[in-house]
Amino acid sequence: MFRFIALRTLQAIPVILAVITVTFFLVRAAPGGPFSTEKAVSPQVQAALEAQYQLDLPMHQQYFNYLADLLKGDMGPSFKYPGRSVDELIFQGLPVTAELGFYALIIAVLIGTLAGVFAALKPNTAQDYVPMSLAMVGICMPSFLLGPLLVLVFSMWAGWLPVSGWGASPGDKILPSITLGTTYAAYIARLSRSGMLEVMSQDYLRTARAKGLPEHIVIFRHALRGGLLPVISFLGPAFAGLLAGSFVVETIFQIPGLGRFYVQAAFNRDYTMILGTTAFLATLIVLFNLLSDIVAALLNPRLRYQFGSK
Amino acid sequence: MPLLTVRDLSVHFHTRNGLVKAVDGISFDVEAGKTLAIIGESGSGKSVVCYSMLGLVPMPPGRFEGGSAMLGDRDLLTMKESELRKVRGKGISIIFQDPMTSLNPYMKIGDQMIEPLQLHFGMGKKEAWKKATETLAEVGIKNPEERMNAWPFEFSGGMRQRVVIAMALITEPEIIIADEPTTALDVTVQAQILKLLKELQQRRNIGVIFISHDLSVVADIADHICVMQNGAFVEQGSRDDIFKRASHPYTQKLLSAVPDTHKTQAHPDAEQPLVRVENLCTWFGGGKKTEPVKAVDNVSFDIRRGEIVGLVGESGSGKSTTGRSILRLLKPTSGSIQFDGKELAHLDMRQMKPLRRRMQMIFQDPYASLNPRMTVYDTLAEPLLLHRVVTRKELDTRVFELMDSVGLARQAVLRYPHEFSGGQRQRIAIGRAIATHPEFIVADEPVSALDVTIQAQILDLLLDLVDRFNLTMLFVSHDLAVVRYLSDRILVMKDGQLVEEGNAADVFDRPEQAYTRELLASIPGKSLLEQRASQL
Amino acid sequence: MSTVSASIQEQMPKGVSLWDDAWTRLKKNKLAMFGLGFLLFVGVICLLTPWIAPYGYEAQNLRLGASPPSAEHWLGTDTFGRDMLTRIMYGGRVSLMVGFIATAVALVIGVTYGAVAGYAGGKVDAVMMRLVDIMYALPFMIFIILLMVVFGRNLLLLFLAIGAVEWLTMARIVRGQVQSLRQMEYVEAAISIGQAPSRIIAKHLLPNVLGPVIVYTTLTIPSVMLLEAFLSFLGLGIQPPQSSWGLLISYGVETMEEYPWLLIFPGLALTLTLFALNFLGDGLRDALDPKASRD
Repeated sequence: MFRFIALRTLQAIPVILAVITVTFFLVRAAPGGPFSTEKAVSPQVQAALEAQYQLDLPMHQQYFNYLADLLKGDMGPSFKYPGRSVDELIFQGLPVTAELGFYALIIAVLIGTLAGVFAALKPNTAQDYVPMSLAMVGICMPSFLLGPLLVLVFSMWAGWLPVSGWGASPGDKILPSITLGTTYAAYIARLSRSGMLEVMSQDYLRTARAKGLPEHIVIFRHALRGGLLPVISFLGPAFAGLLAGSFVVETIFQIPGLGRFYVQAAFNRDYTMILGTTAFLATLIVLFNLLSDIVAALLNPRLRYQFGSK
Repeated sequence: MPLLTVRDLSVHFHTRNGLVKAVDGISFDVEAGKTLAIIGESGSGKSVVCYSMLGLVPMPPGRFEGGSAMLGDRDLLTMKESELRKVRGKGISIIFQDPMTSLNPYMKIGDQMIEPLQLHFGMGKKEAWKKATETLAEVGIKNPEERMNAWPFEFSGGMRQRVVIAMALITEPEIIIADEPTTALDVTVQAQILKLLKELQQRRNIGVIFISHDLSVVADIADHICVMQNGAFVEQGSRDDIFKRASHPYTQKLLSAVPDTHKTQAHPDAEQPLVRVENLCTWFGGGKKTEPVKAVDNVSFDIRRGEIVGLVGESGSGKSTTGRSILRLLKPTSGSIQFDGKELAHLDMRQMKPLRRRMQMIFQDPYASLNPRMTVYDTLAEPLLLHRVVTRKELDTRVFELMDSVGLARQAVLRYPHEFSGGQRQRIAIGRAIATHPEFIVADEPVSALDVTIQAQILDLLLDLVDRFNLTMLFVSHDLAVVRYLSDRILVMKDGQLVEEGNAADVFDRPEQAYTRELLASIPGKSLLEQRASQL
Repeated sequence: MSTVSASIQEQMPKGVSLWDDAWTRLKKNKLAMFGLGFLLFVGVICLLTPWIAPYGYEAQNLRLGASPPSAEHWLGTDTFGRDMLTRIMYGGRVSLMVGFIATAVALVIGVTYGAVAGYAGGKVDAVMMRLVDIMYALPFMIFIILLMVVFGRNLLLLFLAIGAVEWLTMARIVRGQVQSLRQMEYVEAAISIGQAPSRIIAKHLLPNVLGPVIVYTTLTIPSVMLLEAFLSFLGLGIQPPQSSWGLLISYGVETMEEYPWLLIFPGLALTLTLFALNFLGDGLRDALDPKASRD
């Protein structure tokens, strides 16, 4: 098993490097320099700024310098917020986004698997149709529509919950978490339903029933493990989706997280910030994909066996 | 007194497409130490009989329409689910067909085996584990202590089926239902499992319900046989009754479907072989460090014109690979293949094309060997047009002729494969193979996916075509009885190598190799054949 | 395709092809048929928008300002007094166009790539699919945002970028299909009668891959439309003066407290269309690919 993990981790390194490289050159290839919006700046000032940010060096030099700095954990200064480093901004936003993402993931996994398993127990009955129709709504109702609608109903009309903010007033974390988690709850519900149905038709469940096991043991001990494997594998992509979703949710609810920084940086053309955040988020996503791969493999005895430990 | 008395059992399914009488008023008794066999083709309802009694058939759509199933003084049909659970796995255990799928792949063997003990007897884990280990030893698993901690995929098919049997035995049930327990296994493994079942049954005085589609499998072990068709028993009786005095036409058809192992055809031997295979090797994979899989390893033989040569072996013996290599559907690693004096081994696909008209293949699975989006007409016309056998004008006539020769109604010419039964599909596939009037045909297990009564029809069709079109055939099969039925000569393969070769009669009556003897000893239904021989 | 002569066509009873079968199954699926009907309805309206729209795209009635639904303006007007129905119709043109064109891009890349990998097999396949695996691990959403930021909000780039993301799954599906079909005995049978590879692909492989491709295409369109709406909402997708449902939703959010209909109607248009596409996709899967119809 150790070999499997080591192998996968090694494979992730070139991917991360590729991500950083692509991002770096994409940003540098941008038409118009980072300061092109500020027309008033004189050529001399422009040159001074460029020197300060090492923009006058040859491209490959900049690239290697950047990589070297990255290794030291230094993502450089922000273009837009003079005097503040990208690291600072990222680590200021990260805890907020992480908390939001955590709640959303909990909602997605808990509600999703419960609904999916519940539906799969009695396929093609009301017990199946109701949660699956709701899941369909969740999939077709994007977060940028669901969020505002929730705000409209629960905050503006009913006045129960705050319109925006994070940790400033009681209950203001509820709506953003639900908004972010719903889509993935819906996907996970569909996924776990189909996974369970697949397993439920397997012969070994019939064997379990033929032993006289009561239905709840059949489901929990025999079916759940195989049935929920697809959900585990989906957690990697779901994490990437949640991060992207946080851009929207943090914008809607004005949450000072990484996602909102990123969107702002994109608008401001804050190149070091974009570069740093992209590299950081991309690495996170690659690592999370790796993690969900490893967990899925751990749950599969055959794979575990192939890589030589029982 | 019987262990289980079933009277007038009826199970109907109320489906969207109407009422299906899966089981329609059947009665039987299961006695201690005796084996009751239920024989029927796929879809006859034989599995529903047993599963419905134990509450393993979803209801609805299924529904009991009367009858009773008395286990002692209690009726299974009126029991509540919670009571039935106490019967399942304790009083009545089931052994399922496919051992590869009937064990949970995510649980260790030991954990699966102790479940019924903990459940029905409230045993502690340690005690249950000990008992499970003993039972594993009893069914012939070596190193049982160690194997308890193994995963299902670490066992071969035959060993898995032993585990499944052990799991069924572990609660010391009075009755065991064995649902086609050997159908998925190789013939020598099948013989071992049948023997094991018989021993265990006698040692423990268990009543067995043995469900099978194959009369010959139960011929040696059944005490009482019920023949089932369309949800009803058309005939039942002691084994002797059924074998000697079967009156229902369906039973007779089943009996005659077991190929007679004493029939041989005389075929003219030509001096020059049509196919000559020399030192053929077909290996797969293999790199710098890994050994290649030697599917076919240094095999040589001749096939004379007009001859039917049977190529016998168990799964993985390389028999299909040999057939495919000769037709150059696979590239041989080394060796020579001569067809009518012409060397094929080095030809590329384009050079092979003109020869393909003269050599053809019939495949195993008629559900996979026909393009589902092509009509019978298109399927049969494809080779005709490709090799310009006929002009466009003659095409219709020729397609109809082909359909006539393989026994398909002309009316069906525009139908698609999924509209046919397995046997009819195989007829279409045979029609395609003979379309270009080939000289040589490789038939790769052409009947093993078919019901037994259909098997006989297809075999007779093949024999008829061989005679009519003067075909030469390499008949690849795992089923010795079938091979014997139509082969002039027999080749036996094991682990990629040819172990024995000879005239059909010689190989069957005086096998030289131990492996061949083992194969022959594994042929099921010997008592049935002896029975028939004594009648003649 | 068929070589059947006319006389046989006339005289003999017709078989039921798998397509006929699938259509029969689809027709029984009410949700899917609703989806199909709704999509046709939306499609026709969007096609004819320039001729049937009740008002001009830019026509303002500043005197009116934002007004709730009324007899003159069925879906109300926005803050500039522009007819909402008209704006949603024009926005739908863009949203649907992005959905269809970007899906087409994904379809072309994915089918070609997957078919090549699946048919070639062996090492070529291993390398090609490993590449897809690696790309799966890439954070594409972030790349698309980056692309839109760096190169400006260009519609063509949007098509390419979205298409470039969505082709991965298509390639996997097609490759898996082709590979399993290649091992089908009927393909072997075609080889054994000497059929040329090109004809085998055309006659035996493609018609059988088509089903899953159609199904997945139908299911890709909504996810592409969502992506476009997502980007437009963030201000990184479609730019004014053009409009799309995502952009309209984004405007609607700004004023939703005072004028909720500006959010609700474009939201409804997007959601209903996505519903229809997903229903149709699920229905097609049940109809065309009964084995995979569990999810």
